[in-house]
Amino acid sequence: MGFFGKIKDALRKTKENVSTKMRQLFLKNKLGDAFYEELEEILISSDVGVATAEEVVSEVKEEAIGGKIKDEQFVTDLLKDILEDTLNEAPMPAIKYPCVMMFVGVNGVGKTTTIGKIANYFVRNKKSVVIAAADTFRAAAIDQLNVWADRAKVRIVKHEEGSDPSAVVYDAVSSAKARGTDVLLIDTAGRLHVKENLMNELKKMDRVVEREFPEAHFYKFLVLDATTGQNAYSQAKVFKDAVSLDGIVLTKLDGTAKGGFVFSLCGELHIPVVFAGVGEKLEDLELFDAEQFVEGFI
Amino acid sequence: MALFSSLSERLNHIFSKLTKRGKLTELEIRQAMREVRIALLEADVNLKVAKNFIAEVSEKAVGQEVLTSLNPAQQVIKIVNDELIALMGPGNAKLEVASKLPTVIMMCGLQGAGKTTMCAKLAVQLKKQGKRPLLVAGDIYRPAAIDQLKIVGAKAGAEVFERGTQNPVKTAKEAVDYARKMGFDTVVIDTAGRLHIDERLMEELENIQKEVEVTEILLTVDAMTGQDAVNVAETFNQRLSITGVILTKLDGDTRGGACLSIKAVTGKPIKFIGVGEKITDLEPFYPDRMASRILGMGDVLSLIEKAQEAVTEQEAKALEKKMRENSFTLTDYLSQFEALKKMGGASALLAMLPGAGKLKINESDLDEKKMERIRAIILSMTPKERDNPQIINSSRKRRIALGSGTTVQDINQLLKQFEQTKLMMKQMRGGKGRRLPF
Repeated sequence: MGFFGKIKDALRKTKENVSTKMRQLFLKNKLGDAFYEELEEILISSDVGVATAEEVVSEVKEEAIGGKIKDEQFVTDLLKDILEDTLNEAPMPAIKYPCVMMFVGVNGVGKTTTIGKIANYFVRNKKSVVIAAADTFRAAAIDQLNVWADRAKVRIVKHEEGSDPSAVVYDAVSSAKARGTDVLLIDTAGRLHVKENLMNELKKMDRVVEREFPEAHFYKFLVLDATTGQNAYSQAKVFKDAVSLDGIVLTKLDGTAKGGFVFSLCGELHIPVVFAGVGEKLEDLELFDAEQFVEGFI
Repeated sequence: MALFSSLSERLNHIFSKLTKRGKLTELEIRQAMREVRIALLEADVNLKVAKNFIAEVSEKAVGQEVLTSLNPAQQVIKIVNDELIALMGPGNAKLEVASKLPTVIMMCGLQGAGKTTMCAKLAVQLKKQGKRPLLVAGDIYRPAAIDQLKIVGAKAGAEVFERGTQNPVKTAKEAVDYARKMGFDTVVIDTAGRLHIDERLMEELENIQKEVEVTEILLTVDAMTGQDAVNVAETFNQRLSITGVILTKLDGDTRGGACLSIKAVTGKPIKFIGVGEKITDLEPFYPDRMASRILGMGDVLSLIEKAQEAVTEQEAKALEKKMRENSFTLTDYLSQFEALKKMGGASALLAMLPGAGKLKINESDLDEKKMERIRAIILSMTPKERDNPQIINSSRKRRIALGSGTTVQDINQLLKQFEQTKLMMKQMRGGKGRRLPF
């Protein structure tokens, strides 16, 4: 699937982006402690984690001082390179078939919508897809997923609202095995990472897939809303500890938030961003591209 | 045991290098405020909001006297905390009532903020107040959003008005007519989640506002929102002039700085907070709790408050003088224990006290029963004995033991402990900086 620069375009919507702020900074300040302190704040104001912003800026500072560089373009390029390197610290997973993808995350980040789009993505890549409606908790979540399954023209395995989500997973796995389906996508209920019982429920679903479908490649994705702030790190860390994560889906990039927290997730937790959601339509999903993201981000 | 958060730790560090008490100087404030700024940013307070806030607080803090009961770091935190509370308050959990019924409440916000769930929570709240709410399904875009509202509405025991995917403006109008006819006094309109930059959908909200008389427009915001909260709140407020804010998902571990940003740019009250997935999980907003949460240091703050309540300034000064002159007596010792008790007992205090570990206080020395016994012993002494413990000989010890229902060993132990405390105080006077926090 080709790139149409959607990620970059989505990020470009922001009126005050990092580069305009940097331009102002250059006009105002010479390179010095005050400059770097403000650069740090510019990054933080795009939701980059505080520790990561400090690290990135100190790296820029070192390089710039070592190279005796005072040129705006150079510093900007340097910052881009360092940010891109940070993203590349977490390599993209290679997708192999048959596979199971489970989508987890807190409430309201866009898991159900994401699954609809990803189903469509695989269908367009000529793969067979089945969806498991394992969010049995939220009112009408199953109906919502059903609509998306219809739109993407894929099968859906569902039970009653309020039933055991692990049982849905079990049935979906059986169905995928029996039919030799390439991709099984599992929707899960939104849960705040601090709720232990709900995290245990998730671990149980995780075990069911591991036990019942060992021959499949099993990927677990955390869905994160780009408008989230510093709490994204805490979410990623707790979900990673609970079920181990293979990647992140960054949603709602079509707003004015940029999801700067991903640098900390890639750099410190080594979880790669795999997909990006850039709109409400079925095809508004892109494979994540670090270079393009940084271009749009700065 | 979370002894203290990083902010107080870092502030203590700054002041340990700088201050000999007295008044807060500009330099100290500037250095401390850099730390406060980082703390606010880590809590997702918007950068511009944080900068403005700090400029104001700094101005107020310079030249302020450090309260005797606090150290400079605690003093700065107290000033910051007080200002945060002032800025975010007052919370206002009251929903306006229209002079001509029905009262119409319109929900708005980004996708996934929790509007639909919040409609049901509000319905529960309204019913508790004896009102008859009607929920209106105005989200015609998200698949199954109407079904979701119907289900949560049923859980709340509230009727749901829907017209399928008919234009929401028309639906809202019909719903209000219906409410008037059927005797519903409050109408809560659920709307689709929308990006603030989505021109078409923002217009739709404006049209609802034009067509029906809306009393309350409540912006629902996810408490985990980052720096962008400012853009979102500003745009919604400019277009619709919202009347209040509801913060959702505060049952997570987010520090919730978005709250401060939103209040700062809109000036509108935070009306409610969502604290769970059940439809009864709705609470009024308390600015003081939110301030502690944003600073990430509830415990230290409550300690500061308790210390202020328990020890008056004069008492603290007198104690300090006694420590300086080494004239600390058993009477003072007792009053220290009394103060401890006022502050919630030793174990509660220990948990909150920065640096308590370093004072080599054995926790078992401070258990509540033991404190009661110490109290009894000291109260069984004559005033003369309390001021001059060295006169307590074995016959006096027997008398005191009898009077307090303890044993001579207990008396010996207390006297030994008292001597150790005096010694410790002497050392603390010698070693720079560390003061008893009370």
